[in-house]
Amino acid sequence: MQVLVENLVKTFQIAERQPGTWGAIKSLVHRRYRAVRALDGISLAIEPGELIGYIGPNGAGKSTTIKVLAGILVPDSGRCEVLGRVPWRERVAHVRQIGVVFGQRTQLWWDLPVIESFELLRDIYRVPPSEYCRARDELVAMMHIEALLDTPVRQLSLGQRMRCDLAASLLHCPTLLFLDEPTIGLDAISKLAIRDFVLRLNRERGVTVILTTHDMDDIEALCSRVLLINQGRLLLDGTLHDLRARVTQERRLVVDLLQAEAIQDADATIIRSDGNRVHLAFDPERIAAADLIGRIAARYAIRDLYVENPPIEEIIARLYGETEG
Amino acid sequence: MRPYWAIVQARFRMLLQYRAAALAGLATQLFFGLVRVMLFDAFYRSSTAPQPMSYSETVTYLWLIQALLLLLPWGLDFEVRNMIRSGTVAYELARPTDLYWLWFSRSLAMRTAPVLLRATPMFVIAALFLGLQPPASPMAALAALAAILGAALLGCAITTLTTISLLWTIAGDGTARLLGTASMIFSGAIIPLPFFPDWAQTALNLLPFRGLMDTPFRLYIGHLPPQEAIPAIAHQLVWTCALILMGRAILGRSLRRLTVQGG
Repeated sequence: MQVLVENLVKTFQIAERQPGTWGAIKSLVHRRYRAVRALDGISLAIEPGELIGYIGPNGAGKSTTIKVLAGILVPDSGRCEVLGRVPWRERVAHVRQIGVVFGQRTQLWWDLPVIESFELLRDIYRVPPSEYCRARDELVAMMHIEALLDTPVRQLSLGQRMRCDLAASLLHCPTLLFLDEPTIGLDAISKLAIRDFVLRLNRERGVTVILTTHDMDDIEALCSRVLLINQGRLLLDGTLHDLRARVTQERRLVVDLLQAEAIQDADATIIRSDGNRVHLAFDPERIAAADLIGRIAARYAIRDLYVENPPIEEIIARLYGETEG
Repeated sequence: MRPYWAIVQARFRMLLQYRAAALAGLATQLFFGLVRVMLFDAFYRSSTAPQPMSYSETVTYLWLIQALLLLLPWGLDFEVRNMIRSGTVAYELARPTDLYWLWFSRSLAMRTAPVLLRATPMFVIAALFLGLQPPASPMAALAALAAILGAALLGCAITTLTTISLLWTIAGDGTARLLGTASMIFSGAIIPLPFFPDWAQTALNLLPFRGLMDTPFRLYIGHLPPQEAIPAIAHQLVWTCALILMGRAILGRSLRRLTVQGG
């Protein structure tokens, strides 16, 4: 077991102030605090080599979990063991074994060329020179950042910076990698590069990856297992398939007709039709896809058709909606 | 040691790039130095009472202040401040280093790099044209040098304390100004400490700030004889250790209640 978490609770005290000048004056005399439960009894277990997608709406507690697991925050109560250590109790020994990337911030030194940041990290992690050279060359090749190494970080584009940030988090060869929104704000090509890299890292080197994201394509491309959290509670722990099944059995049938007409069938409902293309929704429990296709093909002139799952965004939106109540 | 040394070096190299700031600073400090020397010149001419230091000793003291002014724990570490405000400080905690020594290393570079840039030209100009005397004796020079190193460490311990206070107040300017102003006045950077009244001397001797400027300067001009260097430097070191222990205790408590800003 690489990560074991039981009943983790973390509360933040948030100072509340009434708006306006009078509120500001009142808060000088008396401060009111509101306790916010960022984590409200989270339990989970992660095996070596897993690639986990950790999802949930903004403010759900994703980043807080990552920060507790990374030894940065101390929880109020609960058990937590990562790589056999309690992260916050043996922080220094713990962080030597892990890599962290917070997508919204950079760990590179703003004014220094990328390579100097790498060398600083080498010294900070006390990586032996030969190992450092090997790790650096490998990462530079995998991330295609050779040409960026002498550029000051402040001059990099977001996509370039993120590639360098990822490489920087792996120079000390951690066995466990936390990625907190690594694809946020990136263009399609950069996202693909990051995904490809994370996948290779996981497959080829067996690095365990815990990834938070709002990008469902990330999840679909990468994650064998999904953890869904909202308001500090774990709502689902399973595969993407489980996630879909939990919300809806529904499948989609997209039909391209030879001429525009309305399809009518007792077991399928039209959700959208643009021109000759009709999107139908059906429940595979009530009618098998093959039967439905047969029936429609017999009655309408069809050019093409295919079956698909409802988009994952829709599923997630429905799940978030369900859990708000 | 390797990680901390690497941090000091990297930041040092970065700070050495600011040539324009160093030049502007040099000009400002020359100007203020001249104003001060004129003030004391007027003071010595208008008074017949015996003074605690001779005129040339005082002028030397004043130019030493100007040369080493940036050693004072004045202002806070804006890098760490920005990190705390934006939440990037999370990365500092994700490093296998002791956070106190990491921040101490940062302040060591922050305090010494600008001083090294300015002190030498200021020293040369003041010695050639403005009445800065050479050290009283080779022993005095040696003692002063040791005390300047002690002053740097003491200043860093105070700076690190203000850095840590950022974890409690976020803005942090308050603590920095308070400690900065106290350091200015009680180290002798405004008025040389020997000119303070007798009743104030006991308090000045107890406070840590004397070690920042007054101790090394009086050793330099021989107002404090070299044989008194040992207790004077011990005073610096005892305070440095006390402030380090205090900083570590406060930091330990802060980290338990830490909130990282932003998502």
